[in-house]
Parts: sequence; structure tokens; C-alpha cells
Amino acid sequence: MKIHLPNSAWIGNIDPFIRSFDTSNDGILEITSHKKWVSVHPVVLCMIAALGLFMRKKGAKVNFEQMEATSKHYLERIGLFELLEIDSEITVTPHESAGRFIPIKKIKNSEQLNDFIKEIIPLLHTEPEKVEPIKYIISELVRNVFEHAKSFEGAIVCAQYYKKSEIIRIGVVDIGVGIKYTISEHYSPKNDVEAIALALTPGITGTTRRIGGTGENAGAGLFFIKSLAKASRDFFMIYSGKGMYKLLRTPKEKDIKLIADPLKDHFSFDNELPFWRGTVVGIDLCLKKTFDFEKLLDLIRNVYRKGRKEQTKIRYRKPKFI
Amino acid sequence: MKEIKIFRRVGSFAENKDLAREIRIKELFPYVNNEKELILNFEKVESTTQSFIHALISDIIREKGVSVLDRLYFKNCNVTIQKIINIVTEYMQDKS
Repeated sequence: MKIHLPNSAWIGNIDPFIRSFDTSNDGILEITSHKKWVSVHPVVLCMIAALGLFMRKKGAKVNFEQMEATSKHYLERIGLFELLEIDSEITVTPHESAGRFIPIKKIKNSEQLNDFIKEIIPLLHTEPEKVEPIKYIISELVRNVFEHAKSFEGAIVCAQYYKKSEIIRIGVVDIGVGIKYTISEHYSPKNDVEAIALALTPGITGTTRRIGGTGENAGAGLFFIKSLAKASRDFFMIYSGKGMYKLLRTPKEKDIKLIADPLKDHFSFDNELPFWRGTVVGIDLCLKKTFDFEKLLDLIRNVYRKGRKEQTKIRYRKPKFI
Repeated sequence: MKEIKIFRRVGSFAENKDLAREIRIKELFPYVNNEKELILNFEKVESTTQSFIHALISDIIREKGVSVLDRLYFKNCNVTIQKIINIVTEYMQDKS
């Protein structure tokens, strides 16, 4: 296998990076990088880390070519080499700031997730209310890995916060069974993108065909997260198997309208990508004052109600708040 | 009336579905099975996830019917938590 860290790979332009992933010869993983500058989304680093850990677990050789790019220090500080147990020979001088990023971490159980969520708040150096959606996303995505992925290495998580633009970029990756495998227990998707679309549809979960899910799964988590990206007019991507679904940015002049059917949203897709064994999720979220989590919950609630009420004309009983 | 303090079990960010399930099975179900009223107190809980609230109450609504909401009280919920509870209780009333 060969994977190359390019000059630039963010969610908007991640497609060439994914297409260049060479899955042949799974006896060795060769990681190479751009010679001058590597500027990539955390999800890309999570993919490299997850792949490296998986290959090593399989007993395959992992070769990480010595990096020449000036930005190699960032990869050292974010913990890529440490997680892969590779001696990068890169020295980070102590006076360098800790940065506003969440280093790459492997999370395998609830306790580690709980600790991780507690740790990320001071790392981001931002107001507590801005951390709320971040905690929400990480919790939901990592728990999806625990419950559905059957991934030996758990979830690989990483994030970067950009203070000036107030954008947080998050990646959560696993090497597990992938979405199509999970969703196919109760549905019959023809391909990976169709499986991803089902997983993004509110009320649909891989654990049952029953609307509303089981006691543990509602089939709403990914829809919530996609909605967060939509509300902040940013990117969201899921890559699993050979398929990638990418929610595109909503232009500023357009009103935010949540859509339950992911295939009616503003998106791009590809069904012929190199096979990724597991699931890759990347999200960008702008946390500027215009982003209101409570308002978003109203929008989500309305999307649910609209479709259902029209069909069933149910009279809802209210919970009592005291 | 029995009161369950969520913060004591899960902390200020209520996201651990395993604990939600445990509370549901060990405490909520026995009470609602006896037609008793119950308070879920969210004091000091700052935020939660839809998945946590779903794991906490959805099976109770499904098994006991929506009338269980007449005996279940949600206390000291901030606006965000109220909104998430509203979403879950509403979609659980959608008929499959």
C-alpha cells in the first residue's frame, strides 16, 4: 500500500489525495510526503495514523519516508509519529506554543473517550460554549465507532482549531467493517454511497429496520452532525469502502435549510475510490457568533416534525419540565 | 417521588450511552413499571447528546407508551437539554 501526504488536502480538495491511495500489496505500507510543504486536514492525519496502526497490527512493514517539508514539525507536535512509534528525528523546541490542536489519539473505550473530552477543553483555548458542538461531534462519532465499526484499534481522532477564522476541523477515522457492511444487516444498499446516504438519513440505523431505532440507537447521530456542518455553511465528508459523500458549502446568500434526505442536499459523491476498510469522517465547523447550537436544534426538530406530521398527523404529548 | 440525579452518574456532559442504558434498565424501568412518578434531575448537567437521551428514555416510551411522559418529569434542564429531550420524545411518538 502507498499513501502520500500532499501539499494540500482539505475536505474541499481531498478527492485527489484519496484517489492516489494505492491499496495494492498489503504486505507493506509506504508513507511519503510532499517535499516542500504539507498542509492537510486533521482527517488526513487520522487516516495515515489509522492505516499505519492497522498495518503494523497485521504484521506488515510500515515505512514512513523521512520528511523534508518545513511543516514536518506540525506533524511531530500533533503526535503522528509518536502514535505510529516512529522516530521522526524531528526536534520540537520547548518555547514553541502548544498550539490550538487536539493531538492524534486512539480511543478504544468509554473511559478513554470521557478523558479525551475533558482534555480537549483547555487545549483549544476557547470559550466553553464554543467547545459544546465539538464535544458533541466527537462523542457521537467515536461512539458510532464503538458500536458499529468492530475496529480493533478503536477510533483515531484529531482536530485543529483556527482562532482567527474560528474554524474547527475534526477527523474521526476507523479501520473497521465500514458503513455498507453495517447498514446491510437490515437494508440493501447497492453501493457504498447509497449505504452512507442511508446512514445519514434520520431514523435509519444499522441495528434495526424499525423506525426510531432500538433502545440504544436512533439513527440520528450522523444527521445531527451533518446538520451542524450545514448550519455553519461548511464541509462534511464520509468515506467508507469505495464511496465518499461530501456535503458542500452552503453559499452565504442562501438560507440554511436542513434536508432529511442526504441525496437532496448540496453534495458531491464518488463511488469508485480506492477501498477504505472502515469509515473516515471529516468535518469543518465555523464557531463564529452566527453559529447558534440552540437554534440548530430547533431546525433539526422541525425537519423531523415536518416529514412525520404530514404523514401521520400525530398529536405529540409534551414532556413536562419542572 | 423518586428523583434520579443525572450529574452524579454521568457528570456535566451527559454522553455516555452505556450509563444511560444502565440508569434506564436498573432505575427507570422498575419505577415506571409500578406506575410511579419519577424525576430525572439534570441539575449541573451542562450538555448532552441526542444519543444519550435516546438511550435513557426511548425504550421506556416505546414499551410503556407515550402516556409514560405523564409520569416522567425532567427537572433543571437548560434550554439545550430541553430541546434535545423534545426531539427524542417527538420522534419516539412517530408511529413506525
